[in-house]
Amino acid sequence: MNVLSVDGLRLELVSGETVVDDVSFELAAGEALGLVGESGSGKTTTALALLGYCRPGVRVAAGTIEVAGERVTGRSETDLRRLRGRVISYVPQDPASALNPSVRVGEQVAGVLERHIPSSDVDRVVAETFALVQLPSSSEFRRRFPHQLSGGQQQRVAIAAALVCRPKVVVMDEPTTGLDVVTQANLLEQIAVLREELQLAIVYVSHDLAVVASLADRIMVMYAGSVVEDGPAAPLLARPTHPYTFGLLAAVPDPAEPRTLRSIPGVALGVDERPSGCCFAPRCPQRISACTEAVPPLLSVDDGRRVRCIEWRRTPALVAELRQVAARERAAPLLAVDGLRAEHDERGRRLVAASSVSFEVAPGECVALVGESGSGKTTIARCIAGLHEPAAGRVLLDGTPLASRAASRSRDARQRIQIVFQNPYDSLNPRHRVVDSIARPMRVLRGLSRREAAAEVAALLERVRLPAKLAQRFPSELSGGERQRVAIARALATKPDLLVCDEITSALDVSVQAAVLELLAELQIELGLALLLITHDLGVVASVADRVLVLERGVVCEHGLVVPLLSHPEHEYTRRLVAAAPTLVARR
Amino acid sequence: MTAIAARMRFARTGSGRVGVTATLLLLALILIGPLVAPHDPAAIVGIPLQRPGSGFLLGTDGLGRDVLSRVLWGGRSIIALSVVATGLAYLVGLAIGLVAGYTRSLLDPVLMRAMDVLLAVPPLLFLLVLATGAGHSVVVLVLGVATVHVPSIARIVRAATQSVVVRGYVEAAVARGERTHSILAREILPNVLGTVLADAGIRLTGSILILASVNFLGLGLQPPRADWALMISENRGGITLQPWAVAAPALLIAFLTVAVNLVADAIARSLGTSLDRRRIAR
Repeated sequence: MNVLSVDGLRLELVSGETVVDDVSFELAAGEALGLVGESGSGKTTTALALLGYCRPGVRVAAGTIEVAGERVTGRSETDLRRLRGRVISYVPQDPASALNPSVRVGEQVAGVLERHIPSSDVDRVVAETFALVQLPSSSEFRRRFPHQLSGGQQQRVAIAAALVCRPKVVVMDEPTTGLDVVTQANLLEQIAVLREELQLAIVYVSHDLAVVASLADRIMVMYAGSVVEDGPAAPLLARPTHPYTFGLLAAVPDPAEPRTLRSIPGVALGVDERPSGCCFAPRCPQRISACTEAVPPLLSVDDGRRVRCIEWRRTPALVAELRQVAARERAAPLLAVDGLRAEHDERGRRLVAASSVSFEVAPGECVALVGESGSGKTTIARCIAGLHEPAAGRVLLDGTPLASRAASRSRDARQRIQIVFQNPYDSLNPRHRVVDSIARPMRVLRGLSRREAAAEVAALLERVRLPAKLAQRFPSELSGGERQRVAIARALATKPDLLVCDEITSALDVSVQAAVLELLAELQIELGLALLLITHDLGVVASVADRVLVLERGVVCEHGLVVPLLSHPEHEYTRRLVAAAPTLVARR
Repeated sequence: MTAIAARMRFARTGSGRVGVTATLLLLALILIGPLVAPHDPAAIVGIPLQRPGSGFLLGTDGLGRDVLSRVLWGGRSIIALSVVATGLAYLVGLAIGLVAGYTRSLLDPVLMRAMDVLLAVPPLLFLLVLATGAGHSVVVLVLGVATVHVPSIARIVRAATQSVVVRGYVEAAVARGERTHSILAREILPNVLGTVLADAGIRLTGSILILASVNFLGLGLQPPRADWALMISENRGGITLQPWAVAAPALLIAFLTVAVNLVADAIARSLGTSLDRRRIAR
């Protein structure tokens, strides 16, 4: 019995461009569908359309959606409001902004129930629902405000609100993105249990294949607004038939399999730039002339698999190129951190971000600093870059202690250590053209003239594989991946010996992340650059790092070479991290 | 030349073009106006409070002076004084706000409490005391009006600065050891300018209003000088008989405000986009 069926759904912009085209699928009670795609693929737009909601400027142009026997398409807003929350509900990505900060969490969940089933025993049902999502059901807890809850608890409240009317279908839009791995693993487990208990049909939207793999029965891969491949999860992940799925799987880093990542050449296209034929054709290695002529149909392959590629038989099999990580000869360390202790002042209280942290980075080596949010890894990076004053301990460059503030360090030290920040959207000055952003460090730290710097910018842009014409653009005209490359180019502009990378790929799409990591590995070899990689993602660590330090609440709890450490973690905390990290290998 | 063309690109957006055109028209009016004015603005040339027509295009005011001539003459002082005062206020307010927002030292509370003290004094009372103590000169008037604006500009700039200081590009500048003044000028100022310009037009109107009130109280420009603000206060008594003596300068002040606001908004919008890629700016 299908509780959700979508047939030939097409969504258009009011201006006529197609956003999402030809989406058809059916979902039975208790089944989970993973909707996978990168930003701009139309996955969230599709997911919202299932609830009869379109963002302003978007409309349903064709197709039908039926939920539990009720038509969603073509209904009035008033009708739809009776369905939403009762028959089909939605769990948003960011619970911190989805929950009203000034309403108690119990009331927020009760509000949904009162709207749809006013006669029910509200208090009892809400308490039951809280218990169902493993939140304390006491009235004290329900009287709390969202800010008094942890991120994981907030997301559970959002799920409780979605489940309180016991809907048939739940649409979850990246519900675990932004949570720590351990919290994410717990929540995913909980979602699987709920699905079983309530016979929920789940549409799970995510960019993260590994997360989807742990939950979904079927996976639907979207690219540039169309479904390129769908089918049962395990075989799809083991043997992709669409070149995009293949590319995506080759780009996903996996902690259980330290391998070299391969990015997909080219960039994703915007809604107004899509080609007339196959949308993936411009980036496809197995393109033939027929691909650019007409949109290929969704072909049925064996065992319920469908693929939108006329050349699918030529898609290669996935082969993991395992990395060879050899122990290096001990050279004199480039950077040494010795007994570092860092503190934050928060409303008069002193919080310890890191204590007695010591490690070394050799020239040309990639060391990863791993930990969950609040483990102090970013603070350590900032101490090394001279942005945070350590409370105790020293940072040494080539054996010489560095001043704690960047401004009091020598020009030479500032030039040799460069930092790249997490968020590509705020690491470039929006008022400066790319060329000015990259040229500035050369002028300040290497004393180059305007003309010399401008000449070198072109070479650097090429080095980070960006077209030279980007030099005259402003950051607002670049994509996230392009911005992060510019930020890397800016750091490279001083010809540094050490690059501190603070979560530089966490805001990027999987294929873009692979391209940036590929670039880092290349720079490490070609320029002999040492890298200090700050990250929470063990997959990223597995695919680029030589050595790893695991941080737990500001203390290094385990360190060692990447391969033995990830395959045989010794410390209890590392074990928990490794166990919680989503992996694709296990599902194959 | 191309650099100037690039700087003027804000003028190519629709509302920017309207704003620039309107501002240029007004400038032309106040510059050329006195040359073409039919009468001496201070001379009594007819019967008081005549309606438009009968030889006077906009009628006469309460003393029988030609309203048109006074309007043509009266833009100079009000525009010049309010523009200078507002500009001065922005210079000082920006400097104080940037420093207070950037520094994490004691300088921030010291500067801001000083601003609070200024903010607590009612503007007119402040100008009254100032004029009584320092005399009725134009310089005192401009400095006084500027001082009235400084605290609120400084507060806005400080808040905007604090939200910019934590950005990656500022951190990157700190990490490469840039000097404070170059961080303020290169990294922070261009990014608070949009916020600051948002109310530039309103502030200019505020200056006009304060100047008008001060003039009305007899502490600023003295009659018989022709001045739009003075004209409004002089002629409001006869508004039922001869509305044009009030309406003409009032409309021009409104026109000035709208024009300045359009230009300020267009500049704020054009920051950080290159013209060839404008269509991508979603």
